[in-house]
Amino acid sequence: MDFGLSEEQEMIRTQVRQIADAFDLEYWRERDKTKEYPQDFLDAFAKAGWLGIAIPEAYGGAGLGTLEACLLLHEICASGAGTSGASPVHFSIFPPMPIIKYGSDEQKQNYLPKIASGEMNLGFSITEPDAGTDTTRISTFAARDGDDYVITGKKVWSSNLQHADRTLILVRTEPYEAVERKTLGMSLFLMDLKSEGITIREIEKLGRHCVDSNELFMDSVRVPATDLIGEEGRGFYHLLSGLNPERLLVAAEAVGIGHAGLDLGIRYAKERIVFNRPIGQNQGIQFPLADAYTKLEVAFLMVMKGAWLYDNDMPCGEEANIAKIRAAEAGFEACDASLQTHGGMGYAKEYHIERLWREVRLFKIAPISQEMALNYVGEHVLGLPKSY
Amino acid sequence: MKIAVLMKRVPDTASVFKIGADNKSVETDNLKYVMSPYDEHALEEAIQTKEAGKADEVFVITVGPDAAKETIRTALAMGADRAVFVKDDAASDTNCKGTAMILAAALKTEAPELIFAGKQAVDDDASQVPERVAELLDIPHASVVTSFELNDGTALVEREIEGGHYKMEMALPALFTTQKGINTPRYPTLPNIMKAKKKEIKELTFADIGLSAADVASGVTIEEMALPRQDRLNKILDGDNDERVAQLLSVLREEEKVL
Repeated sequence: MDFGLSEEQEMIRTQVRQIADAFDLEYWRERDKTKEYPQDFLDAFAKAGWLGIAIPEAYGGAGLGTLEACLLLHEICASGAGTSGASPVHFSIFPPMPIIKYGSDEQKQNYLPKIASGEMNLGFSITEPDAGTDTTRISTFAARDGDDYVITGKKVWSSNLQHADRTLILVRTEPYEAVERKTLGMSLFLMDLKSEGITIREIEKLGRHCVDSNELFMDSVRVPATDLIGEEGRGFYHLLSGLNPERLLVAAEAVGIGHAGLDLGIRYAKERIVFNRPIGQNQGIQFPLADAYTKLEVAFLMVMKGAWLYDNDMPCGEEANIAKIRAAEAGFEACDASLQTHGGMGYAKEYHIERLWREVRLFKIAPISQEMALNYVGEHVLGLPKSY
Repeated sequence: MKIAVLMKRVPDTASVFKIGADNKSVETDNLKYVMSPYDEHALEEAIQTKEAGKADEVFVITVGPDAAKETIRTALAMGADRAVFVKDDAASDTNCKGTAMILAAALKTEAPELIFAGKQAVDDDASQVPERVAELLDIPHASVVTSFELNDGTALVEREIEGGHYKMEMALPALFTTQKGINTPRYPTLPNIMKAKKKEIKELTFADIGLSAADVASGVTIEEMALPRQDRLNKILDGDNDERVAQLLSVLREEEKVL
């Protein structure tokens, strides 16, 4: 078995980290407070060509795989940027996946080079208030009308819409009741957010203050049929093929935030003197930090395995879900152990760990909850009866 | 026109340094290595000169162990067209004089019209190698350059000197060492990182350039190496000034043995 990274992959880690480190913890503390979109951070990555990491070379990207994208997002997070730094980059990697795989040549020509250069930002709109994990129950509907579709409905937890030009949206083109299989009859569109009939309302939330999550209301929004991605009625399946890599990307982010959080704790444990010695000399402080580190490393191994399988066209559902579960937990545990190490100072914003602690908590809920990922393992890996 | 950039692989200054078990060397096992930061300025200046259409090619040249290739790749990813790598593990026994001999010998066959180098390497801070190379090649040099302008066959540069700037014009071929402020080194872009692996790294041995390990041996023996002492005496001296001076002298003489 070869666990080593190639020279090029090592360089990806080093160079990404160098760019990310130019935006220090104070930058992110300030942004967390002002909620300002980290445009200069995103621009730095766009300028150096990182947004196109997974976009094919023919469309202005680097044509690299999920493994390299995981390394990129891990390093961004390990720099202390948190989800506020990772998400804007993530949105140039994950939402374009169905376009890369199922889009028409014209769509690829039109959108992929702009996404790779950072000229175009994407949002992501799947979840609905009445259909969370049970995606087949979405009711936002696109009715064909001549050369257009007319979309009506509502979405929730739509990411990045305040700064996106278009959003990848999943809608029904046939009602739930009318389809043979409930996963059929759904379609993907790359909807222009400047279209008439769209209302966007931002949701106040626990973390990731720089990057918005929204409610999205659509009242008879006309979308040209040329914005349909892939085959009508098969949108769910188009999306599905991108879900495993997304789980891996998110797992890489969780481990990265865990590393950033842990580093703060380790530093504090070395520097903080109580009873005439550094608190890190106490096993009560040392063990949780060491334990958290071991869990981060194990989780990251599974991220790398899943990404390697995916990039080599092998099934990776098991690994992607295991990576997501373990990484979300390990990332949170690492930040929590670090916060505990900081004692009272951990509660102060000045010490940065509270921000990472808030942000990393997201990954136990999104993109799917730990419990739904466990359901996958129970049903599809262990062969137990479906529980829901 | 061909531009050479002298480059050195150095430990990241953020590293924690430890003395090896022999008490004569720095422990290198856990060190992270980077391109010496002043060399990044040198390379950036070379690339900008090429981008301005005033040069055809930029190559980096370094001497070091096999692992130095990693740093070479970074230079290629920043935009150097190719690299010359004088590889010899005995290089670890050389010093500024030997390194300059190696670089100069390798550069002779390349005959670049313009050479850039960082004003010093951040590991030994010797500030000697580029100037020695210029002397060995018998070309003029200007050190600690903060601005560089290339005109027809001549270079107009500004140097930092005590309390001011020194402007000078020099005919090429010539060598210049770069100071911070001359430019902002770029980050390698992802497309360039991917191109870097296809760029040529020309490997040379000492024999290829007509030298032997003995020719470039440092001739210096390191007796002992130690980190500066970090703990403090924390001694408060009592009495009037005369008494305290007497006590201080006695501490410096008898306890610390520095006088």
